[in-house]
Amino acid sequence: MIYGVAALGLLVAMLFAIIRALLGPTLMDRVMAANMFGTKTVLLLAVMGYLAGRPEFLDLALVYALMNFISIIAVLKYFRYRDLGQSRVRS
Amino acid sequence: MDWHVIASGVLVISGAFLTVVGAYGTLRLPDVYTRLHAASITDTLATFLVLAGLAIPSLVAGEWLIAVKLLLVLIFLWFTSPIASYSIGHAAFFAAQKPKLDHDLTDGEGDKA
Repeated sequence: MIYGVAALGLLVAMLFAIIRALLGPTLMDRVMAANMFGTKTVLLLAVMGYLAGRPEFLDLALVYALMNFISIIAVLKYFRYRDLGQSRVRS
Repeated sequence: MDWHVIASGVLVISGAFLTVVGAYGTLRLPDVYTRLHAASITDTLATFLVLAGLAIPSLVAGEWLIAVKLLLVLIFLWFTSPIASYSIGHAAFFAAQKPKLDHDLTDGEGDKA
């Protein structure tokens, strides 16, 4: 029951992240909201894995944390340099 | 209701509470840098609380592998979420996004950023 309340809290935090992503006036608000959403997803995976009694969810949480980090850095690099650097490799 | 159930419950609930407070902070704060502060501050502490709260019963139950996986997730998040928040702040500042201050940062010397 306690972990259900914690999972509910995480869902509320993710809802706030979505609201900030929709409202966010600037670009960086949305990137920050995406990053926050990803981190809370990792936590939710861990809690739900514990609730469902399935430890495999922790592997998903770890992989999701890896992907979330890489995608945030890639998105930021794209916004910063307008491309991901392939052109320099080809030229 | 022995000690480890209470300890894990308290840890997980406090972690979830801090997460909600941090997320609410991103809604209320006026500027992207302050919102970034609110969002990234929960990434380390709330993550630690929730994952430590999950690790206690698995350790008591003897499944050390679950605790090791939780530790790995925690270590990874501890290293990467500050880096991600830093790079967001750097990208925001680099995109000449002015923080919302009471007085003008350049004090009238024109846009140097």
